[in-house]
Amino acid sequence: MLAPSGDTVAEITVEELRAKMGTLMEIEDEEHMLLSMGPQHPSTHGVLRLLLELDGERIVNLAPDIGFLHTGVEKSMESKTYTKGLVMTDRMDYLAPMSNNLGYILAVEKLLGVESPPRAQLIRMILVELQRISSHLVWLGTSALDLAAMTVFLYAFREREYILDVFEMVAGQRMMGSYFRPGGLWRDVPEEFEDAVRQFLDFMPSRIDDYEGLLTNNPIFLKRTKDVGVISGEDAIQWGMTGACLRGSGVDWDIRKKFPYLKYDEVEFDVPVEHEGDVYARYSCRMREMRESLRIIQQCMDMLPKAGKEFNLNDPKIVPPPRSTLGQSMEAVIHHFKLWTEGFKAPEGYAKVSIESPRGEFMCYIRGDGSAKPARVHFRTPSYVNLAAIPVLSKDLYVADLIAIIGSTDIVLGEIDR
Amino acid sequence: MGIAGQIALQTLAVAGIIVFVVITGFAYSTLLERKLLARMQVRVGPNRAGYIPIPRRGQSERRLLGGVMQPLADAVKLFMKEDLTPTHVDPVVYNLAPMLTVAPAVFSLAVIPWAPRIPWLWELVPDYLGRYEYLAIAPGLNIALLFILAITSIEVYGVVLAGWASNSKYAILGGIRSTAQMISYELSLGLTLLIPVMIAGSLNLNDIVQAQIDSAWFILLQPIAGILFFIGALAELQRAPFDLLEAEQELSSGYNVEYAGMRFAMFMMAEYMKMIIFSAIWATLFLGGYHGPFLDAAPMLGPLYLIIKILFSLFIMIWIRASWPRMRYDQLMDLGWKTLLPIAVLNVIVTGIFIVLAEEGVFDGILNTINGLF
Repeated sequence: MLAPSGDTVAEITVEELRAKMGTLMEIEDEEHMLLSMGPQHPSTHGVLRLLLELDGERIVNLAPDIGFLHTGVEKSMESKTYTKGLVMTDRMDYLAPMSNNLGYILAVEKLLGVESPPRAQLIRMILVELQRISSHLVWLGTSALDLAAMTVFLYAFREREYILDVFEMVAGQRMMGSYFRPGGLWRDVPEEFEDAVRQFLDFMPSRIDDYEGLLTNNPIFLKRTKDVGVISGEDAIQWGMTGACLRGSGVDWDIRKKFPYLKYDEVEFDVPVEHEGDVYARYSCRMREMRESLRIIQQCMDMLPKAGKEFNLNDPKIVPPPRSTLGQSMEAVIHHFKLWTEGFKAPEGYAKVSIESPRGEFMCYIRGDGSAKPARVHFRTPSYVNLAAIPVLSKDLYVADLIAIIGSTDIVLGEIDR
Repeated sequence: MGIAGQIALQTLAVAGIIVFVVITGFAYSTLLERKLLARMQVRVGPNRAGYIPIPRRGQSERRLLGGVMQPLADAVKLFMKEDLTPTHVDPVVYNLAPMLTVAPAVFSLAVIPWAPRIPWLWELVPDYLGRYEYLAIAPGLNIALLFILAITSIEVYGVVLAGWASNSKYAILGGIRSTAQMISYELSLGLTLLIPVMIAGSLNLNDIVQAQIDSAWFILLQPIAGILFFIGALAELQRAPFDLLEAEQELSSGYNVEYAGMRFAMFMMAEYMKMIIFSAIWATLFLGGYHGPFLDAAPMLGPLYLIIKILFSLFIMIWIRASWPRMRYDQLMDLGWKTLLPIAVLNVIVTGIFIVLAEEGVFDGILNTINGLF
């Protein structure tokens, strides 16, 4: 990635910085020091490498160096059927696999021109919002840990554990569930799902109060986060930032409100917006988002009983038949065989779906060529775009601030390198 | 053996016992910290290495005090590690630095008063303790506080040299941070140390304790100085929220990043020993030292009281570490120079004025009135 050019940031490319690193300490200003932060570093949130030019502890130049986790997800998907490709989306943003699944599945469904039944949509919404909370909990924990407030980290992971248990209950796996399928869900949620989620809704608000009690008014936390890493609304739009990073700068932009998908237009929720554009604004945005997610889950839970029993589309060409029918119906056996060997065929054309993932706008583009495999898949991942703005955010600040800023942008390297 | 030899022998024996106790204490303060932190963070903490089995009929045994041997296991592990010296370091300074950090930490133990005169102990080692009224490794030192200030300042060399000799960027950043931090906090720390000296009129730590026994614990007379000293001590010890120089999240461990095995352990050792020693100094200066109930009847309680006060101080330090984020370098400097130092200076001036006025007898009238009321 090139460090951005323009009047806000000095121009320096990774190649130039690498060249400088190669000749060790030979930079124009002899007082300056080059520091290669990462790829193995406790707080670059994965295998991000940051090349820093430091004047004392002040950052003069910064270039993110990415690609250490490249797995070629997009290319590999071209050789897999639509259903099998789903499994790869889990591995991109490993802190929010459900959201990735949803983005991909919605795009596939749009390409096929089908829509899943209401019950499936509500369950998807519940799980995606739970995922948003769990992802925000990881963000909260790790970004607080970056500021050395380590107790929050363990508290946040305690609640995340509960959410992962719910995922295990529905999908059989804690993280890489691949639970959403084209046309609906892998299977219906188990009976105990409802109780588990209701219980979560009961205790979670007080737990969020706990985290806020440790951080929100803590004078040292305020000092570390207020007026650090400031970006204005216009700049944030220019840099393509989305999610809480954008809303923290005073731009009211949430895909769930602007282009509602699933049943987001039927539930009531607010989009938290803060105007300062600093680390603290992004922090309070996300904290309020967690509470809004709880509201959404509550409403979905109330709507769930009225949504019928159907959790899958009644279309044997897309949805594999239930196992119980395999012994009785020849049709079912044929469909099952066809779907699991060759997969369903999607029409020619393309589909593009944006959803609001915990990190921002997650866009999935699929081009079909009439076969059972996509001709091209592309993802717009929010972390990748948000990362590009880190040089602007951390200009002329200290190394310690850089850590706070990386934490506040909430990047996931699996999603950046994909 | 002459009298000098006797004194030397007895000194060695007493010093050996005290240092042994503190070094064991250092090992267990790591366990205390890990256990306490774990409890505050809904974890269990180390519980595998060593336990006291309590057999129960028909059930599996109950395990008490899980993890008591953890410090020992840690030490064994660190001793077994390869003693690495990276090729790019300055070997002499690199090897010297850990020693320079640990030695002063042990030295400052010398002047802490542990107890008033304990008759049987005084009979046991008459040549050594006979002339003095209190128990310390170096009881005769009447400039004890100055000694502590001087010794703890040497400590910074260990850290700086470790950072420099490592020839590593993270390490040097940590070293630079520590220099600036320790120098700027030394000032306000020194000024708060002045307060007990001014009230007690002596640099001898035992005199300060005696003055507190006669009037009241100085934390009650001088709460500001007491709190300032604690904050300054946290900064001097590089404890949270001032643990900038070993900020794992920023500098990936800072000045000791190139050290491994026992050399690394020596830095940790110095840190925890200094925690104990600063706690002891804080307790001595502001919490009445070895003072406590029934001390006259049983002077052996003295060390116990001091240890309880040390544990209390350690608990606060660990509690702070569990709940607060780390400060930033420039904010730390701001706090040191713009907040703590002015308060400390003002405190010294105001206290000085009051002491002079009291000596001039200005308050006699008020005191008499108060006394008359009761």
